[in-house]
Amino acid sequence: MYRKLTRQEFLKVGGGAFVGTSVLGLAGCGAGGGTSSGSLSYWASQQAPTIAQDKQILGKVAKEFKKQTGVAVNVKVIGWEDLWNRITTAISSGQGPDVLNIGNTWSPSLQATGAFMPFDQDPLNAIGDKSKFIQTAYDTSGAPGKTPTSVPVYGLSYALFYNKAMFREAGIKNPPKTWEEFIAVAKKLTNPPKKWGLAVEGASVTENSHWAFILGRQQGGTLFDKKNKPTFDSPQIVRAVKQYVEFIAKDKIASPEGAQYSTGTQAPTDFANEKAAMIMFQTGTMTALASSGMKESEYGIAPIPVPDPLPPGGEPIMSHTAGINLSIFNNTQNQDGALKFVKFMTSKARQIRLNQEYTSLPVTQAAADEAAFHTDKLKVFQDIYANNSAPMPLIPDEGQMETLIGGAVKNLFAKAASTGKVSEKDVKSELAEANQKMAASGMG
Amino acid sequence: MREQAILRPLRVLGLIFFALFTAFPLYAIVVSSVKPLQDVQSVFRWIPSAVTLSPYRDIWHTIPLAHYFVNSVIVCVSATLISILISILAAYAISRYRFFGRDPFRLVVLSTQMFPGILFLLPLFIIFVNLDQTFGTRLYGSYSGLIITYLTFALPFSIWMLVGYFNSIPRELEEAAMVDGATALGALFRVLIPLSMPGIVAVAIFAFMTAWGEVLFASALTTEATRTLAIGLRDYANQSTVYWNQLMAAAIVVSIPVVAGFLALQRYLVQGLTAGGVKQ
Amino acid sequence: MSVAPKSQDEARTSPGGRRSRGKVRRHLSSNTLPYVLIIPALLFELLIHIVPMIFGVVISLFQLNQFYISNWINAPFVGLDNFKIGLNTHGPIGSALVHSFLLTCAYTVLVVAGSWLFGVTAALLVNAEFRGRDWFRTLFLIPYALPIYVSILAWQFMLQKNGAVNTLLVQNLHILDHAPFWLIGGNAFWSMAVTSLWRTWPFAFLILLAALQNIPAELYDAASVDGASKLRQFRTITLPLIRPVSVVVILVMFLWTFNDFNTPYVLFGQAPPPAADLLSLHIYVNSFVDLNFGLGAAMSTLLLIFLLIVSVVYIRLLRVGGEGNA
Repeated sequence: MYRKLTRQEFLKVGGGAFVGTSVLGLAGCGAGGGTSSGSLSYWASQQAPTIAQDKQILGKVAKEFKKQTGVAVNVKVIGWEDLWNRITTAISSGQGPDVLNIGNTWSPSLQATGAFMPFDQDPLNAIGDKSKFIQTAYDTSGAPGKTPTSVPVYGLSYALFYNKAMFREAGIKNPPKTWEEFIAVAKKLTNPPKKWGLAVEGASVTENSHWAFILGRQQGGTLFDKKNKPTFDSPQIVRAVKQYVEFIAKDKIASPEGAQYSTGTQAPTDFANEKAAMIMFQTGTMTALASSGMKESEYGIAPIPVPDPLPPGGEPIMSHTAGINLSIFNNTQNQDGALKFVKFMTSKARQIRLNQEYTSLPVTQAAADEAAFHTDKLKVFQDIYANNSAPMPLIPDEGQMETLIGGAVKNLFAKAASTGKVSEKDVKSELAEANQKMAASGMG
Repeated sequence: MREQAILRPLRVLGLIFFALFTAFPLYAIVVSSVKPLQDVQSVFRWIPSAVTLSPYRDIWHTIPLAHYFVNSVIVCVSATLISILISILAAYAISRYRFFGRDPFRLVVLSTQMFPGILFLLPLFIIFVNLDQTFGTRLYGSYSGLIITYLTFALPFSIWMLVGYFNSIPRELEEAAMVDGATALGALFRVLIPLSMPGIVAVAIFAFMTAWGEVLFASALTTEATRTLAIGLRDYANQSTVYWNQLMAAAIVVSIPVVAGFLALQRYLVQGLTAGGVKQ
Repeated sequence: MSVAPKSQDEARTSPGGRRSRGKVRRHLSSNTLPYVLIIPALLFELLIHIVPMIFGVVISLFQLNQFYISNWINAPFVGLDNFKIGLNTHGPIGSALVHSFLLTCAYTVLVVAGSWLFGVTAALLVNAEFRGRDWFRTLFLIPYALPIYVSILAWQFMLQKNGAVNTLLVQNLHILDHAPFWLIGGNAFWSMAVTSLWRTWPFAFLILLAALQNIPAELYDAASVDGASKLRQFRTITLPLIRPVSVVVILVMFLWTFNDFNTPYVLFGQAPPPAADLLSLHIYVNSFVDLNFGLGAAMSTLLLIFLLIVSVVYIRLLRVGGEGNA
């Protein structure tokens, strides 16, 4: 009696799992977006300071879209903490939205999963052709040589934020253009323990990986060679990372507390509270500064400094091509509506409106030409975005790369903050270890 | 135990040490929850520069705290109630009957205590999704999936405790009831359960607290609609500034139900553990 | 042990029609009843624990990474390759795993030993009649009653460079000259351990106090009359009598602490400093961040095997009372 009962139970549960499994294989397309042709489900990332604001902004977008096309859009705004996990669970379960935002550095990884609709000629035509996009923006849509599975929608880039009043007080007329000038200027502005020339987010692996990339390109190095093998410990990258970490370790122009900043909001908070005179952050930080009470007139935006002269092979890269892209799930049941939505979001009118509301940069040339984006500040960002940026390495293991190299830099910052010294050997050995892990894990 | 004069100061010192060690973070939480934002962004001071209750007001607006609260209550109370019922039935069977497969069953149930959560997180998620697709259930992203998961987490410890507790209650009482015509189940509900209240309360507290504080599965199995406090509370630190004072205020608000309940019922917990777990 | 059959025998031999009808019913139900009673528990355990766990072990045999999660039926079977990578201590992944494992062992030993010591000491201190003892007992239990993430967030707040811990150590007690970083570098390990200790020792305290209170006072009185010192009484009466409970409490705390995911995750997020790379978080990062589920599952399986071995050895060695009277 015992056995019979438990076997029944086992069959019910186990059988269900098995059946479900095979059903999934066949009908992975089954559940899809779970919507009919009259509606779409859309997962948006958090671009505004609070999710409530995002909901407001996108609510208006949905309304306008419905008016124009009759298709209803069900918007869900997901915080950055969760977005990656939600996307991967959507991929593995086959149950996800029709359209979604992705951080554009994720696009090669997500492309490799094969779960997203490729934008070959027909879909591209449906949304208005790729020539409408700014080239650097479009380069982020997937690995080179492969059909892209995303298109850009918002652009972002790094730039140098500097506190005008603090500059004036120290008698500094212009923001620094070269790293030499930068260090000199920052030293003048540094007066520990309360005032520093610069604030960094040393415990943020994302920020760290970006700067390893950017400064690396300035030194003429890349994170991966042409065969996609990692080169984290090449002399150029070592120099770049050493330069970055030395802001705390050697030049002492950034507060050691930065070594524990990880949320991406702490260094800007220091800047807003006038504890630091400069930060190097992305466009969206302007909104964060506004909510911290800093007025736009109080700070200026300038290009990121570059080495002078540029080392051999070095380029004046000042930012990675940051931003948000749109992707469509392969198993969407409303591909037509999804394409219409992508076209809508990359239309001139929407690009102008949304990028203004989010303080980001338009990704289409038409929108970028608008006067609204030619303010003093936005012009600098736009310029860097279009002319001095390059995409982060477009490899499927991009996420792991960020964790490994960002983690290595984080450890170096920790050392710098606790012991005050970081040698070239330290840098080389951390990067070599990260490099080894990266090389070993490249599977498939 | 009689007090010896020499031990008195040692006892006092010991108690003070533990009291300070325990109270130190508690004080930090409470005092920070009434500080203005500047205070918690700069060097920690024991006395706030100004005492303000605004964090307690703001926490409900910065993130949908009330919504998360409701979700947590629904999930945890349901999981606790169902878990107790199932544990009682299973513990009764184990304690009062000898049947084929009893010992393996006990061992299996107890060994699930040592499963690392991450081992079955992804598979559980995949199973839920498959069941949803095949049978039209709503396990992923709904209350039921999380409730089922949490109630199962509590089962091993609950069953084990209740078995011990039931074992310590003589069968004569139930036998007397059965001789008078009650069924086995009737004896269970009318005789054994009332006598085992301390143990049952202890188990309920434990189940509730486990569910209330669970992070890993809540992060994987909930969506915005069903998000619990465990995940929601992180949001205070992910705004454009880190609202430590609000986070501490929310922490207090979130902790009050469990701490109050726990302290009010701790007597039962001790009794339950004493009879159930301590006496093997 | 089972008394039911005996009572049934009695019932069977009792006269009376009503009884015999009830007897028949009881006879049948006594065979099926226990099975019926355990079905709900069994069902849920299967669905939530057993089947997923088996599934998880199966995943470890496949190369399930980001290329295959949308299509995981077709993930290639790689047999024990994931295990080989995990156990290859010369390779970076294997050595990182070993490092994480040893770190977790050290962490667990520290926290469990500390919790037991604190628990026993506090239980002894509280286990006497004095005014206010209930207040102390209540206070000591609060860290355990708090939701886990609240206690960890509180410590994260206090361990900031400008937080309460440094205020206390540097400005008030002058134990240190300048405020160190507690959440990065090597200190991260100690921060993690203290955080975990703070919330774990009350559990040991609670259980051990209950055990202490079960020791009849007469035993101590008799020993005192015989002239035994307090220390001797502790060694010969207290320790042996709380041994069964201690042994169980230590095992449970060991399992919980070794598997601890919450403490490093809430304190450090997805990129912990090397000194805080506990096994659960390490495996989580491999699975959900690096999207190498096959490897993560292999690591989890190894962890499970390790815990099983330790528990079995521990139980055998110490003859932990499972069902003494069952």
